[in-house]
Amino acid sequence: MDNGPLPRSTTNGSIESLYVGGAAGFSGDRTDATGPVVDALIKAGGPAVLIFETLAERTLALAQLAKKRDPSAGYEPLLDDLLGPVLARCLACRVRIVSNFGAANPVGAARRILAMAAEQGLRKPRVAVVLGDDLLSDDEVAWNERLPGRQVVSANAYLGAESIANALRDGADIVVCGRVADPSLVLGPALAHFGWPMNDWDCIAGATMAGHLLECGAQVCGGYYADPGFKDVPDLANIGFPVAEIHADGSCIVSKPPATGGCIDTHCVREQLLYEIHDPEAYLTPDVIADIGSATVTALGPDRVRLAGVRGRARPNELKVNICYENGWLAEGEISYAGARAEARARLAANILRERLAGLGQLRVDLIGVLSVFGDDAGSGLAQIDTGHARDVRLRVALSHEDKAAAERLTREVTALYTCGPAGGGGVRTSLRPRLGLESCTVSRDRVRMRHIFIEE
Amino acid sequence: MITVPLYRLAHGRTGDKGDRSNISVIAWAPELWDLLVEQVTESAVTELFANRRPTTVRRYVLPKLHAMNFVLDGVLDGGVNSSLNLDTHGKNLSYLLLDLPIRVPKALEPMLVGCNDEMSGPP
Repeated sequence: MDNGPLPRSTTNGSIESLYVGGAAGFSGDRTDATGPVVDALIKAGGPAVLIFETLAERTLALAQLAKKRDPSAGYEPLLDDLLGPVLARCLACRVRIVSNFGAANPVGAARRILAMAAEQGLRKPRVAVVLGDDLLSDDEVAWNERLPGRQVVSANAYLGAESIANALRDGADIVVCGRVADPSLVLGPALAHFGWPMNDWDCIAGATMAGHLLECGAQVCGGYYADPGFKDVPDLANIGFPVAEIHADGSCIVSKPPATGGCIDTHCVREQLLYEIHDPEAYLTPDVIADIGSATVTALGPDRVRLAGVRGRARPNELKVNICYENGWLAEGEISYAGARAEARARLAANILRERLAGLGQLRVDLIGVLSVFGDDAGSGLAQIDTGHARDVRLRVALSHEDKAAAERLTREVTALYTCGPAGGGGVRTSLRPRLGLESCTVSRDRVRMRHIFIEE
Repeated sequence: MITVPLYRLAHGRTGDKGDRSNISVIAWAPELWDLLVEQVTESAVTELFANRRPTTVRRYVLPKLHAMNFVLDGVLDGGVNSSLNLDTHGKNLSYLLLDLPIRVPKALEPMLVGCNDEMSGPP
């Protein structure tokens, strides 16, 4: 089978569909769901691409820090687990692979993939990397000056789909990116396959929203959806990851591999369609401004849903940039109280900590089992509830501080509750972690030198 | 008329970007859509989220999808990088919204999903 990047016509003259499998939704996603996705892509028989989306907002900054410690690191730590089991089949059946698992070191990831192929005795894949997102490496001084007094860790522009498409057109088997917009991982292959003009905004918007549905992996297949008695989802322990069949008009059908868990219906697809969207008529990506105001979501059969009618407008002139910087320390501590008057004892412990840590800045208090994640940092939610009779309460406190030693005082005070706090407290856990801050800005496209190169060894 | 929590008429998911949370509200059945438009308003949501002190609450309506999208600014105590919340993303906030009480005419009762929980909503 040949998955040439240029469109092929079927016997009735229409352009063949492109199949795209979404094999990961974040760094840390399940790594054993990819096999069935690859099987489904091969079985579909048409041109096929596998994508892995592994870069959340902070992941890249963490990768930069890893690269600082070890210049050969800085790409997705689970790369071997994600790619290793499916690399042979993808290369043999010409399923192309596109991913942002290059993180802060796409070249390093590409080299590791070449080594992996050699270790497995496979043919040498053509591996391209997309460069240009890492603005800090290009001009460290300028980006540090933007945030006076801060140590900037990373500054990356969200690249669009063009370089991915160009790399595929040039024959890449695998395209390794750092920061690109998540939906661009799907749009790139669609551009290469269908050859849409770069101003065919409706088609570009359609494939962008297909990418939006795939970019969170199982979230469109009933993952992050189940709610017993209201939204029952079968076999979540073996949930399938999504496959989108993208058509020449930019519409798509989302499905999942047979004999996998989860469900795809119009309800979970609509949840994912609106996930992290603000104005639904103006979803901004580097490639297009997408409009789902007149989109339709239709069930075609079991676990098969069609998204159509997405509109598009000309892409923004500027690219979004995320700047991450070192931002002090986060200290957390927890202790449990159970049985009679557990809530009163937990509240007493909280008051002791407030007194001991006064002057260190805002101390957040949670009473897990009474009120925690719905509450605000200032504690106005908790203050409105009188002490109740909860009998199994975990007190959790948190504060952040620029100074490590100051933050550490919280962990010591929580630990000291063992002997100096209320009766029966147990199970102290504390943590002290560095924090990253994030600022976003935009940069003119002409200041970003997006390009792709092939890595030979 | 009966009064039921919103989760019997709709479902939703929360997303976050910086200090901004978006929460979708999707009707379980087209017949319930008008009730959502009429009662799940910007002011009702602002009131429900009072403890999170939103600076703005904006509702976007998608009639073709029987869905609406709420965008709440300033409710994440600075967002995932600065909040002290265990749930720095505010992932749970859809379930705060889904507790909103909705008045439903008796005739539409058969369209409701599930039953009311024993537990009451948040304070």
